[in-house]
Amino acid sequence: MQLFFTMVVPFTIAGVALYGLGRGVDVYDALAKGAGAGLEVLLRIFPALVGLMTAVAMLRASGALELAAGALAPLLDRLGLSAQLLPLMLVRPISGSAALGVGAELIQTYGPDSQLGRTAAVMLGSTETTFYTIAVYFGAIGITRTRYAVPAALCADLAGFLAAAWAVRICFP
Amino acid sequence: MTMAVVWTGMVVVSVLCGLATGRGDQVAAAAVEGAGAAVELCLSIGGMLCLWMGVMEVMRRSGLADGLSRLLSPVLGRLFPNAAGDRETMDCICANVSANLLGLGNAATPLGIQAAQRMSRGSSGRASDEMCMLVVCNTASIQLIPTTVATVRAAAGSQTPFDILPAVWLASSLSVGVGILACKLLARVWRN
Repeated sequence: MQLFFTMVVPFTIAGVALYGLGRGVDVYDALAKGAGAGLEVLLRIFPALVGLMTAVAMLRASGALELAAGALAPLLDRLGLSAQLLPLMLVRPISGSAALGVGAELIQTYGPDSQLGRTAAVMLGSTETTFYTIAVYFGAIGITRTRYAVPAALCADLAGFLAAAWAVRICFP
Repeated sequence: MTMAVVWTGMVVVSVLCGLATGRGDQVAAAAVEGAGAAVELCLSIGGMLCLWMGVMEVMRRSGLADGLSRLLSPVLGRLFPNAAGDRETMDCICANVSANLLGLGNAATPLGIQAAQRMSRGSSGRASDEMCMLVVCNTASIQLIPTTVATVRAAAGSQTPFDILPAVWLASSLSVGVGILACKLLARVWRN
């Protein structure tokens, strides 16, 4: 099992390259073009990260997170969540780059292989930027009465957060 | 505008709370060091992020999503019975879901919007049940290999950044499942 996870990246790269070549794709050109687009993504998220990482570092240094954590700990504990994850859960549905910044800060602070770091990573990996997606879709097709789309999507987010904490406890006892 | 309020709130709370708890100097230090952390994060994940974007471009060009799309067609037909009547709409939905599964976000959105556009003909601004279902499915993450998060873990020094895969799959399926269930249930009570 350990070997599988170590080899996910090389297997995926080799597998995709082989498949692409088999289908007559100029694999190397596609790779380079895609990597170039990656730079644009990086440029696009960087300004948001500058703002967000500053705000999160300030929030952590001020002790506000501990205060909020202390106040909400009884409730969150019952749900199996750590109060440190609260900022991540709050920004996740609103902004993708904000969530990445907050999540990366948690992963770096508590360690990528800690229970908390893993939970933050799984939360990031199993949820999406809900409000942005809803705005893009309904905005594009001119829907103004969105009915139950927002509450249903938020239910899915909440379930994702709770499931992330639970899944990490199951997979990494 | 939401992020403007959130960000301002974070900064103002930090300053007030730092003063109240006597940690003003630490807040001041964090304010000038935080931006540096953003540069470091971008540099440390930049290489892998570009590499994955490259691999995804290869996936896109070699039509991996089309194959997956055909596999998914019968399952998705049950989730979108009305849309299933229109071949082109269903093709868009299948392509949208398979692009999401492969993490091809840039390709998924236009396909999803195209499907939504076809579904919305004559709807006069009101979202139908299946439109809600499509949007909710897109607000849940179903990416099979969450590369960005794994890259952040690798940059933070994890030896096996992908060992969270089973946990991500578990959490994603539960989240999507709850989203679909919520749509089905709310569709019955939310008439207007």
